[in-house]
Amino acid sequence: MFRRIKFILAGALLSLLFILPLWRISLIAPQYPSGVHMWIYINKIGGSEPGTLQNINILNHYIGMKYIEPDSIPELQYFPTIVGFFIAFALIAAFLNKKWVYFTWTALLLIGCVLAMYDFYLWEYDYGHNLDPKAIMKFEGESFQPPLFGNKKLLNFIAKSYPHWGGYALMLALLLGGWGTYSSFKRNKA
Amino acid sequence: MESIKRRIQHTVLVFVGVLVLFSCNQNNQSGSSGALGGDAASAVYVPPGEYDEFYGFFSGGFSGQVSVYGLPSGRLLKVIPVFSQDAEKGWGYNEETKPMLNTSFGFIPWDDAHHPELSQTNGETDGRWLFINGNNTPRVARIDLTTFETAEIIEIPNSGGNHSSPFTTENTEYVVAGTRFSVPYPQRDVAIASFEENFKGMLTFIKVNDEGHMEIAFQVLLPAFDYDLAHSGKGKSHGWTFFTTYNTEQSHTLKEVTASQNDKDFIAAVNWKKAEEYIAQGKAKTVPGRHMVNRYDETTHMATSTEVATVPVLTPEDCPGLVYFLPTPKSPHGVDVDPTGEYIIGSGKLSADLTAHSFTNMMSAIENEEFETVISGVPVLKYDKVVGGVVKKPGLGPLHTEFDNEGNAYTTFFISSEVVKWKVGTWEVLDRVPTYYSVGHLMIPGGDSKKPQGKYLVALNKITKDRYLPTGPEMNHSAQLYDISGDKMKLLLDFPTVGEPHYAQGISADRIVPNSKKFYPIEENEHPYRALGESQTKVERSGNDVHIYMTSIRSHFSPDNIEGVRVGDDVYVHLTNLEQDFDVPHGLAIQGANMSELLVMPGQTETLLWKPQREGVYSFYCTDFCSALHQEMQGYIRVSPRGANTPLKWSLGEEEEL
Repeated sequence: MFRRIKFILAGALLSLLFILPLWRISLIAPQYPSGVHMWIYINKIGGSEPGTLQNINILNHYIGMKYIEPDSIPELQYFPTIVGFFIAFALIAAFLNKKWVYFTWTALLLIGCVLAMYDFYLWEYDYGHNLDPKAIMKFEGESFQPPLFGNKKLLNFIAKSYPHWGGYALMLALLLGGWGTYSSFKRNKA
Repeated sequence: MESIKRRIQHTVLVFVGVLVLFSCNQNNQSGSSGALGGDAASAVYVPPGEYDEFYGFFSGGFSGQVSVYGLPSGRLLKVIPVFSQDAEKGWGYNEETKPMLNTSFGFIPWDDAHHPELSQTNGETDGRWLFINGNNTPRVARIDLTTFETAEIIEIPNSGGNHSSPFTTENTEYVVAGTRFSVPYPQRDVAIASFEENFKGMLTFIKVNDEGHMEIAFQVLLPAFDYDLAHSGKGKSHGWTFFTTYNTEQSHTLKEVTASQNDKDFIAAVNWKKAEEYIAQGKAKTVPGRHMVNRYDETTHMATSTEVATVPVLTPEDCPGLVYFLPTPKSPHGVDVDPTGEYIIGSGKLSADLTAHSFTNMMSAIENEEFETVISGVPVLKYDKVVGGVVKKPGLGPLHTEFDNEGNAYTTFFISSEVVKWKVGTWEVLDRVPTYYSVGHLMIPGGDSKKPQGKYLVALNKITKDRYLPTGPEMNHSAQLYDISGDKMKLLLDFPTVGEPHYAQGISADRIVPNSKKFYPIEENEHPYRALGESQTKVERSGNDVHIYMTSIRSHFSPDNIEGVRVGDDVYVHLTNLEQDFDVPHGLAIQGANMSELLVMPGQTETLLWKPQREGVYSFYCTDFCSALHQEMQGYIRVSPRGANTPLKWSLGEEEEL
């Protein structure tokens, strides 16, 4: 019974990804006393202020970084579908209550997260290395790849890359899935 | 030999003794400032990165503007242009704000701004708006405290000199105006000496609606006195507004002498609630009163000037109970109502005493018809029936009174150059402090409201002399900040001010900070010539008018190369600032343009009108340092001869034409 609830809850947590941002990249510098906070959702890019994305693009164009155009980022188009799939899958798993179904759901979700992080890393690499040759300010040999996780100094900014509320919901969903799978195997209930 | 030696010894001793005495006196002089030392510095020091506790809004007097200070640090935060053109902000220079300075006499680039007044709700300052009067060409302005910009200016007809203005009622129902100089009514060609027959004094009540829009609700026609200052009743006296008068002698020349003869002048008490009833009954006469109402719209970013032709006027003869005169010694200047609404203090600047009328007594005097006489339909109440108390010989030349939240009153004395603290109700003097020099008004945050925030007092002085480093013959007016939280007043800070602050208003910062606008959301911009993105920029010609739709963003203008303009054209450069971040304005100036720069806020559109006079290629650039590449933020406009056929062209960057 409780096992079912875990997976229903996991599905509910995943649905939060449609309204809460998955990840946050913050830029801290003295002349931005409240910081510039970019929020990455599964279907859009926003921030703590309505003008955040525009302000980040303005800041980055001086060093030749590409404009972040959410419409041309394919992940923002298909991530919602994938998340939707996992939510439906979680509810079906709860209904069927079979340990191998639970295992598959959890394993697939974990693989999905790892793939997403790798994809994020590749995107950040491209973003930080593929600089405009006509960039206004050139720094010999330097690249501006934002950190994957943690803090990194980028010129006069400290960039901080961490999960945000949606990301935590996702981790919680994974944990619930793992716990539910583990206990279903331990009890040996088919 | 011995006696000579002794003589010399004596002389030396006496000499040394005098020296010691002399230096002791010197030490005393510097020692007497001990009471003002140490404590004061930490009381006014606001550490870097921290905020002041209060905003102080100071009128600029003959500068025509409003200056904003942080208190207690005395740091100048901003100068807000109101009645005078301000080239720094393009105020009164750009096409959008020129209509704000329009009057029935045409465009006027200046006025004399005397009294700021904060809007109130339930008798407390609420941080929505700041009103201020224009004295010379009678007007009242409203400043929006979310943007710190002047949003509306209304002209007052049938008046000459708008001084007793713009004092507010408890819930900002009305903001008043009163003619300081009576003028012929109606205004026409008459001999000046016909003052007593032809001249009249007009009091004006401006209705303020929930959006802050002002409209003249009615005027009250009164005898030709000088109507000097005003304050509205509160609490029990809510519904009444009180105006001081001087020159009840009705003199029109050498008033310095002739207007100072009568032993008592009046405080006019106007029952505006009764006025509303009379208007509903149709007692108001619609008379000619041509005046302009100028409003700035935050979404179109434009001001429009609308003409209104008439005003409703109430006459005391037709409206019994509308106005009463309270005799007050002598040429009273300030009229101030204590926070309970009971006492109406008339500061008679030529009187030795301070008179406090009692509202309760006034109401009984009215009910029992204790009239001394009637002037032009206005009953004059008997002095001893309305007086509540007198502060005896507090100082010389009383001008204004403000209050704290503990039943104390503070009055300024111009001639004896001091502020005197006294108790309301017992009329005893509690403390006095000198001001440097000759204080006019004083300000306590909320000091003229129902709930004063009685921590600080600012004295606004008329004479500066030696208070600061000399700056040639003209010294800026001085102000002193006092701590009034204890029993005795303590001088904390002395700072020079902008123009001549006649009055000020203070408010705790927390009533303004949360609502302060950071930028204009660009999707709300409805300016007719806006360009909400670089793809919407263009240049259009219609006859001799050229309209350039331009945008700015760090760090370029779009377009920045323009051709096809001709000598004789009227070129309108409409600049939309595409930024959506706090504190990122862009400026725009064109070489040789006969006007100021533009200073455009994020999300806003403003227009510079340029009339090219000579052929050539002219530069334009951003005037407000915006970014690391600010120096590169510039462009060129090509001006061809009159009648030339140069095609219109506009672009940004080499390859692409927009």
